[in-house]
Amino acid sequence: MIKRVNYLSKVYGIKNGWTLDVYEREVQGYQAAKKALRMTQQQVVDEAKKMNIRGRGGAGFPMGIKWSFMKPHPTKPAYLVINADEGEPGTHKDRTIMELNPHSVIEGCIIGCFGIGAHVAYVYVRDELHLSKERLWGAIKEAKAKGYLGKTPFGIDYPVEVYVHTGAGAYICGEETSLLNSLEGKRGEPRLKPPFPAQAGAFGCPTTVNNLETIAMVPAAFLMGGDNYSQLSALHHLRDGGSRLYGVNGHVKKPQVIELCVGVTLRELIYDIGGGIEGDRELLGVIPGGSSTPILRADEKVNAPDEKSPLHPWHGKSVLDVPLGVDTMRGIGTMLGTCCATVLAEGTCPVLAMENLMQFYRHESCGQCTPCREGGAWLFRTVTKILDGKATMEELDNLHDIANNIMGNTICAFGEGTAMPALGFLQKFRKDFEAYVLGERTREDATLLVNL
Amino acid sequence: MPHHPSGFALSADRERAFREILTRYPTKMGACIPVLHLCQEQEGWISPEIIEYVSHTLDLPLSHVQGVVTFYTLFNQKPVGKHQVWVCRTLPCALRGAGTVLQHCEKRLGIHAGETTEDGKVTLRTAECLASCGTAPMMQVDKEYFENLTLEKVDEILDRLTR
Repeated sequence: MIKRVNYLSKVYGIKNGWTLDVYEREVQGYQAAKKALRMTQQQVVDEAKKMNIRGRGGAGFPMGIKWSFMKPHPTKPAYLVINADEGEPGTHKDRTIMELNPHSVIEGCIIGCFGIGAHVAYVYVRDELHLSKERLWGAIKEAKAKGYLGKTPFGIDYPVEVYVHTGAGAYICGEETSLLNSLEGKRGEPRLKPPFPAQAGAFGCPTTVNNLETIAMVPAAFLMGGDNYSQLSALHHLRDGGSRLYGVNGHVKKPQVIELCVGVTLRELIYDIGGGIEGDRELLGVIPGGSSTPILRADEKVNAPDEKSPLHPWHGKSVLDVPLGVDTMRGIGTMLGTCCATVLAEGTCPVLAMENLMQFYRHESCGQCTPCREGGAWLFRTVTKILDGKATMEELDNLHDIANNIMGNTICAFGEGTAMPALGFLQKFRKDFEAYVLGERTREDATLLVNL
Repeated sequence: MPHHPSGFALSADRERAFREILTRYPTKMGACIPVLHLCQEQEGWISPEIIEYVSHTLDLPLSHVQGVVTFYTLFNQKPVGKHQVWVCRTLPCALRGAGTVLQHCEKRLGIHAGETTEDGKVTLRTAECLASCGTAPMMQVDKEYFENLTLEKVDEILDRLTR
């Protein structure tokens, strides 16, 4: 069900919408932070739990519960770290927040810092996003000048500072422990868990890492009340609350980012929001939320005969008609991820698409774990060989083994992020792969474009 | 700020920025990446002298700084052109014509991705997803994004850079 809202996006179209004046005028900017700082820490965390905000970075962990893991340490400070290292192919939502509504991030940081007992927040932004950094620093400066940030925000004795930190071009730094290493001035290599960041995160201190959209959503949710906010969602009963930014890209007529209540379906996202497929082609498949989330075929049906399954209401229906939620997407064998869908039209070559993505994963593996470093490169080489008509059926079968041997054998989830989409393409488009091996198709026939 | 015998020094403005950066982190090491950015902004690349300088001023082993520099794609380990052109090649852009954009740039500039034009004006590279999928195809020129590209737009941009 499409229900358009504009908590984050109200200031998007407004002239100088990223400035403090507009933020205060249009969306009662900083009223939520002012209110939160007059409550107790426990009350703020309880309110956060009621919002049922599932982490917007991809993993979908409940934000309020994450905040509640933070316990005060007798000697060490606590930190809030915001993950704005947006770089998953297909994901283009966080950039709009930083560029068009940076104050929501700063206000979210004030509430978040108070909730978890931190006095410093770092917003970790991809270095490539120069405009985003500029707008965030601008917002920090404005908020400081007004006394909303600094030693006594709103006259209350709870110092909060927000800093922007950047990486230097490494997708892996979107992984939370890798991000922390990068923040500390090291190579962005993921850490073994435990210890989890809530025990030993940034600079060895208790830390909460939240996605940028997650934290930016907090002020608005706070103002309307956590429970009211959660109930906006059609999946409130699954504790997947509120609204979020949806993106749609690839072969649609109107690629865009839009704020909707949770519960919209892929079909609605592609046809109503995205305006349908370019050239009025049929849909080949859709990657629901960033390239790590396994592709869904247009002709797939939901298989949930068990009445206890949360997916049962959609049993026998097309996967395109299932509301996009953290648990519903898991239930149909993929993931919600970052909620930005990449659409592939009929006529696009899935083998070429997989080659493109495997090139990405080969390039971005941090190299720490052998299965990921070598496996990713091997997957890429083999798909290239298949496309060039030089591979055997045995090598095609090998791809499954390579991918399966990456899964679960690495320090972080990047390995799975490589293997799962690879397996998705292999299982769902087997015939296309075979056609290249059998010489029925060549690289010259393969295209990623829709020629109108 | 102590000068290192390597002879490298930051400009006065950047040295002030360096000192401000140090106040943001509880450890000196925390400043490592931002300071490397500062140095690269001045010199265009991370020379061995810069690595020595950063190692000296932040009390970090040379190997640590070297390790950081080689890990991240955006630290240039050799001199680059005056302008950097990054064409996003990843799937969402590729679905909307990134391949054609890249080929066009290569043809226009007479170089392959990864190379610098003979006059040293432009370095052409491919980028892995720049979070601009909804406005694909796109390229980044120095600090600026150019989105919803057509070949005409690409020509205009390259004309301006190579003039």
